[in-house]
Amino acid sequence: MASSIIQRIGAATSFDTNNNYFHRRSFSGRQSSFVVVRSDGANITTRLKPNGGRTHHLVTNAVATKPHTSAASKPGHEILLFDALREGLEEEMDRDPRVCIMGEDVGHYGGSYKVTKGLAPKYGDLRVLDTPIAENAFTGMGIGAAMTGLRPIIEGMNMGFLLLAFNQISNNCGMLHYTSGGQFKIPVVIRGPGGVGRQLGAEHSQRLESYFQSIPGIQMVACSTPYNAKGLMKAAIRSDNPVILFEHVLLYNLKETIPDEEYVLNLEEAEMVRPGQHVTILTYSRMRYHVMQAAKTLVNKGYDPEVIDIRSLKPFDLHTIGNSVKKTHRVLIVEECMRTGGIGASLTAAINENFHDYLDAPIVCLSSQDVPTPYAGTLEEWTVVQPPQIVAAVEQLCQ
Amino acid sequence: MTIWLAVTRGANYRTKTLISTAFRSLRTSLTTFASGDAREGTSRKPAYMSSGTYYRSSHFGASEARQQVNHFSSDDEEDKSQVLDFPGGPVPYTDEMRFLPGSSEKRVQCYRVLDDEGYPLSSTQFQHVRKEVAVKMYSGMVTLQAMDTVIYEAQRQGRISFYMTSYGEEAVNLGSVAALSDDDIVLPQYREPGVMLWRGFELQQFVDQFFGNKNDIGKGRQMPTHYGSNKHNVLTISAPLATQLPQAVGAAYSLKMDKKDACVVTYFGDGCSSEGDFHASLNFAAVMEVPIVYICRNNGWAISTPVTEQFRIDGIVVKGQAYGIQSIRVDGNDVLAVYNAVRAAREIAIKEQRPILIEALTYRVGHHSTSDDSTKYRPVDEIEHWKTARNPVSIFRKWIQRSGWWSDKEESEFRANIRKQVIHAVQVAEKTEKAPIGNIFSDVYEKLPKNLMEQEKLLKETVKRYPRDFPNAPL
Repeated sequence: MASSIIQRIGAATSFDTNNNYFHRRSFSGRQSSFVVVRSDGANITTRLKPNGGRTHHLVTNAVATKPHTSAASKPGHEILLFDALREGLEEEMDRDPRVCIMGEDVGHYGGSYKVTKGLAPKYGDLRVLDTPIAENAFTGMGIGAAMTGLRPIIEGMNMGFLLLAFNQISNNCGMLHYTSGGQFKIPVVIRGPGGVGRQLGAEHSQRLESYFQSIPGIQMVACSTPYNAKGLMKAAIRSDNPVILFEHVLLYNLKETIPDEEYVLNLEEAEMVRPGQHVTILTYSRMRYHVMQAAKTLVNKGYDPEVIDIRSLKPFDLHTIGNSVKKTHRVLIVEECMRTGGIGASLTAAINENFHDYLDAPIVCLSSQDVPTPYAGTLEEWTVVQPPQIVAAVEQLCQ
Repeated sequence: MTIWLAVTRGANYRTKTLISTAFRSLRTSLTTFASGDAREGTSRKPAYMSSGTYYRSSHFGASEARQQVNHFSSDDEEDKSQVLDFPGGPVPYTDEMRFLPGSSEKRVQCYRVLDDEGYPLSSTQFQHVRKEVAVKMYSGMVTLQAMDTVIYEAQRQGRISFYMTSYGEEAVNLGSVAALSDDDIVLPQYREPGVMLWRGFELQQFVDQFFGNKNDIGKGRQMPTHYGSNKHNVLTISAPLATQLPQAVGAAYSLKMDKKDACVVTYFGDGCSSEGDFHASLNFAAVMEVPIVYICRNNGWAISTPVTEQFRIDGIVVKGQAYGIQSIRVDGNDVLAVYNAVRAAREIAIKEQRPILIEALTYRVGHHSTSDDSTKYRPVDEIEHWKTARNPVSIFRKWIQRSGWWSDKEESEFRANIRKQVIHAVQVAEKTEKAPIGNIFSDVYEKLPKNLMEQEKLLKETVKRYPRDFPNAPL
């Protein structure tokens, strides 16, 4: 047990067993894997388990659990995901006067999903700026402001609208730090709701992570729980790189108890949702919940899936993923992107390249079909991967 | 101040346009949020706006809503019941169906200080420039010409791959930047090297950037003439058109937040004004009330597209009105006119925290770039005319020599000297090692990520393994 701890920690960070825990690591190279750190600093041992040292019992709990909250003395507070994002925003705006928000209807209207609610009355109309409708223009505006010292958070009312901002995001946001010879940095956060599920029709059900993943110079993360939403929001704001934070339209009302103390998560880290032995299921955002639902069924059938929410879409946390692959030798990717050119496609390639020797079976990737998302409820539902399909895929993989 | 007032409230403009009640009503509805208080207690005749005024809201709580009222004598009597209460202000009704004209009959006048022979116009009220400023402007223009000549030749000799000259636009370059303070943030398009020159960017630094060698401030990453310098408050140029325009609004927004005594100046060409970002940017700047001076170098050509095929309106100056921005047209080949206009615009922009649009009429004497041969699509005598009769450098030279601040002897000495300097810079830059391979991978992110570290390692190994295929590779 002790040896695995030492192995895991590496040289990077020190653990602060106080309850006021705040960790973050730089983007360069990594030597250790870190689990999502929860509020209680106690019980390091159990938290370091996921990738080694635990061979005996099956974790029968299929749903993501907070490890050993019974040992916690801090109560935390219950919060909905959109509110957790807002909390993260507010804390960062309090901390750094250079942080500002811009987008359509983010001011007194509070944003399309109320993520910025209450911030305009508190910080004023200038810091929480309502812009006219021109995505390329306000994205460009955010970039210009970032180059001259501010830290803007740019909201796309729906991720799909950011396609109009592609020029600024690709040609400038991702590039200007590079082309200026490192003279100007672009610490922007571009965020917004995306994904399928509210019967919003094809144009409002885009998965932009597919299109943006090639752009050099940007980072992409996807949040899926109130806890990681707040932590990733804060990390994204503090990062000096441009970060695109993908939220999902269906997840804004998720409820969870999160710590009262401040915490910031690591942008490049994946989250171990459910440790297991038989198969590695990689997923992110909303599909995490379909996977966990399928996991319940799988557990009943006697399987032990390891579920990882990859969270970091660019770059992939190949360390966590790799360790999992080395343990289970089977990989299933469940994503909402379309088959062609999605995150799953890139992830498949990356795992094949790096961990080919450890695979006992070809990687299976479950994605949405290569179709525009239809409006009708049933049709829309069937364009995304459903739990029975996940169960069937695992069963086939583990034959 | 008086100069721009005279232009914007020019009597010509008001009388010549077809003013109908419909026209006036549209005007009022174009203004931004009207504060109800100002409207109350007015006379029976509704208040109208003149061409040079605007209506600002106290949107950010910082500015007061100001209103300048101009009462036209209307054709028909209108009572208050004939008014539509609409967001933005009351809109008077009319029973006359009249379309607003698409453009006015007369073109917007062009402000100038010196005539073609370099004599100040008799009625001009220009701000006198000091000798140091005038000489620095003139020598900057000559330096720019010298650099263009030598580097263009170097490109033709195959020593660099690409270049863009600024022939014909020296006055816009130097006249504008001379009127700014060093704190003003500049976002150029790509034909404004004069800005960097004025602010102290060395000739050697320029040439290093063209050669992409290891001393290049951009570390070998951007095309020639796409430079930027944090130290000189000039943001790095990005090739796609108009991307700098919304960014300029962002920079101005950041100045507004910091309440700095500075403004943003951004340059763009006539062709660029067709891009969507141009319109959105002007609109944003007006709505956000930020201190920004837009300078349009209307040089008549967008590669091979003349302005007559670029838009159907009298240039760019009239577009400012569509967004509620005060605008002025100046003679872009008259350094003093450009200097004055920018100086005045800057003052308004900072003091009143709002955008100003300046259209400088000039001519692109050279080709669009070294990849272009403009004689293919425009008459040679047109080029010759602007190169000789309307040459901004010669016009200003006449004035500055007549003022006793320059002489023929100084001219020939300076030109010979500066040409030598540029050539020397080229020779030095050529011999300097190219940017190292590591520059391919650094600065993509704040810190070098693992995947790029791997890719760099792989590339360096490949280069080492096959030295003959990668000669002189700067590891």
